[in-house]
Amino acid sequence: MADERVVGIDLGTTNSLVAFMQSDKPVVIPGEDGLNLVPSVVALGGGRSMLVGNGARPILLSTPERAIYSVKRLMGRGVEDVVEELKFFPFRLVDDVQPGEVLRIKLGETEFTPPEISAHILRQLKRNAERYFGAPVTQAVITVPAYFNDAQRQATKDAGRMAGLEVLRLVNEPTAAALAYGLDREKEGIIAVYDFGGGTFDISILKLHEGIFEVIATNGDTHLGGDDIDNLLIAIALDDIAGDTGTDLRRDAEAIQAIRKAVIEAKIALSSQSMAQIDVQLPKGGHYRRELSREQFEQLIQPVVARTMAPCRDALRDAHLTPDQIDEVVLVGGSTRIPVVQQLVSEVFELPRRGKAPRTELNPDEVVALGAAVQANILGGGSKATEDMLLLDVTPLSLGIEALGGVVAKIIQRNSTIPASASESFTTGVDGQTNVAIHVLQGEREMAKDCRSLARFDLKGIPPMTAGMPRIEVKFLIDANGILHVSALEQRSGKQAEVAVKPAYGLTDEQVESMILESFDHAEEDIHLRQLVETRNEAETILSAVEKHRSHPAWQLLEPDERAEINSLSAELTVLKQGDDLQGLRAGTEALDKATHRFAELMMDDAVTSAIKGQTMQSADDKLGQGPTAPHPIAQAEFMERK
Amino acid sequence: MFGLPPKLNLDATALEKQFYRYSRKLHPDVHARASQQEQEWSLAQTSLLNDAYRTLKNPLDRTKYLLKLEGVQFEEDRGTNPSKVPADLLEEVFDLNMQLDELRQNQKMGEDDPQLRQDLEAAKNQFAGQLSTLDEQVRSRWAAWDEAWEQNDEAGKTAAKDAMTALLQRRSYLQNLVRDVEQTLGGS
Repeated sequence: MADERVVGIDLGTTNSLVAFMQSDKPVVIPGEDGLNLVPSVVALGGGRSMLVGNGARPILLSTPERAIYSVKRLMGRGVEDVVEELKFFPFRLVDDVQPGEVLRIKLGETEFTPPEISAHILRQLKRNAERYFGAPVTQAVITVPAYFNDAQRQATKDAGRMAGLEVLRLVNEPTAAALAYGLDREKEGIIAVYDFGGGTFDISILKLHEGIFEVIATNGDTHLGGDDIDNLLIAIALDDIAGDTGTDLRRDAEAIQAIRKAVIEAKIALSSQSMAQIDVQLPKGGHYRRELSREQFEQLIQPVVARTMAPCRDALRDAHLTPDQIDEVVLVGGSTRIPVVQQLVSEVFELPRRGKAPRTELNPDEVVALGAAVQANILGGGSKATEDMLLLDVTPLSLGIEALGGVVAKIIQRNSTIPASASESFTTGVDGQTNVAIHVLQGEREMAKDCRSLARFDLKGIPPMTAGMPRIEVKFLIDANGILHVSALEQRSGKQAEVAVKPAYGLTDEQVESMILESFDHAEEDIHLRQLVETRNEAETILSAVEKHRSHPAWQLLEPDERAEINSLSAELTVLKQGDDLQGLRAGTEALDKATHRFAELMMDDAVTSAIKGQTMQSADDKLGQGPTAPHPIAQAEFMERK
Repeated sequence: MFGLPPKLNLDATALEKQFYRYSRKLHPDVHARASQQEQEWSLAQTSLLNDAYRTLKNPLDRTKYLLKLEGVQFEEDRGTNPSKVPADLLEEVFDLNMQLDELRQNQKMGEDDPQLRQDLEAAKNQFAGQLSTLDEQVRSRWAAWDEAWEQNDEAGKTAAKDAMTALLQRRSYLQNLVRDVEQTLGGS
């Protein structure tokens, strides 16, 4: 293949996905387990090796201190930003982090920065794509919440670099979703994208015209999502348990994880049922059960859902539009499956009155990744499907500099189309002064202390002159990723002033560089561990299938020695599964697989399309694609078809 | 850049069309596979295009920009300089400042005077109302400028220019005043 494929990645709070453009249609690339969604969970295996996604989930439940989820909430944030998060999320932060520094999280006894954790998720997605293509993948488009600030964007880009990906573009999630929807047919008009995900909320209003997707206004809350709904339910469960038994489980991470799992199940059930049960076996004994009606649920989450209304109205106001001027509203993010959320959207945009309903045809969990794949295709040189498409996005937050008295002077207004730039002149206040300090901020508030500090720059090397004489022209440029660049020029001497950037909450280039190297050091260990986990999963699949079908009539049709062989191989494999011997585990899995072939055949003969067939076939397929870059058998077939 | 005449009543649809046309040529997405140098060029050009489009799209910014082209210098004064108070507003501004001082004093002492707050709200709304009147007044001069420009009528151009400059300066003063009140009210 001449051109390397550029993939689109949705790095989500709860789940992450990778997609690419297959001829004229974006498709999600499944993982080795056949699933499209990779849970954004990272766990520490043995040594410093990491597990990602479904493989990390068991660790989250058994030893929560070795696992982390929803790390996106910590990206580009400082210790003072996350006080609220810590009440509900069992993040174990390193204590000595100072305000303005990058956070460090403890998994077991090892420390990680949020971009490093995200890099592990990205690396898993990269591997999934490489396995699917049978070729290396080094370039990607990654989506971020539209309302992410500069530090959060930079942290995401750093994570990409650590994962060995060149991030061609950061695309705003709602905008990506609009791209995915806009592909269907020639669309014109004004659409609103309401993106209510696991941890963030965005609203974007776009104008579609002849393939141009122009964002007019965007707004949101990077601290509002399905997680907040879960936390409400968890709080109730904890209260109930404390009331019934007198045990306070607030500090019991293991119990909280078990409850979290149960409340999420109940929440999902309530989108289609009028009643659900929260049912948890508590890890340290005891059982918690509670009925929850949809009505109670809706009442409970009302305050959370209502918080999405103000950003919607602000976005409309900034776009100078009234609700009835919005032609379509697209729903994105898992939380938009909740009926009361859909109802609220309909009300805000006055849809029922106009005989309309929100658009939900594309899977709200996948649409962002699909859109990222479209943008990846555009950047990768385009194709027939995307040739006229162009995305014009905006910066969500105003950019300013701190002026006298701690007031913010705005130099680039929010909702300005990016790339956007502004120039400001600075001078000295003292004779012979050679440095000028500049404080750059992002946010809408008037006072510097209420805005997000992006960076403090030192303009150095100014030729010594009388106070007020130098004229330093500083150029601020927000690029198409929404990331700020600064350059400075002393006008009277024409000398390029030196800009020393000290990013707040960010990593320096050197730090990012060293984190890349560190991960290479552990690459071999990582691969071994991953294979071990995958083979373990495979073994587990076969074992449980055998167990399940022992009651099947076909079991009795087997010769006694066949049954004995299956039994002894099963017992052996059960033991192997506990250990770390990869070769032994593989051999054991294959042996059991082979020994159960006749059993499977008999069951088929029995005219029963039983599950065991699918499962053994599945595991056979998997074995073909064990290596990280080995071609996926299914993918290969597709390549051939297209030729 | 847009090849449009320096007139203030402009064809928004034509402007948008031009903007899209240039975006298709210049945008970094179109040059994602080009050399580093071309990418930098594309970034610089597109930011210029976006800045230009934004200025022209906004009626006030457009007027200011045109006046600047005509040599008018606006003071980038972010405060409410007492020496710049428009004569007819002197009394009102004086009263307002007294009230603001009183409110700040109250805030310092931890006291609250609902009547004072209400008065300030009312004053703020009244000034904000004047702002939109001013916007209308600026707009009403556009035609005068455009016509003078077409006729090449220098005297007419200068008259329109001076009138708009005066209106905009008054507007800028009022804007700062409203912001001052908002800030002080918001701070309690």
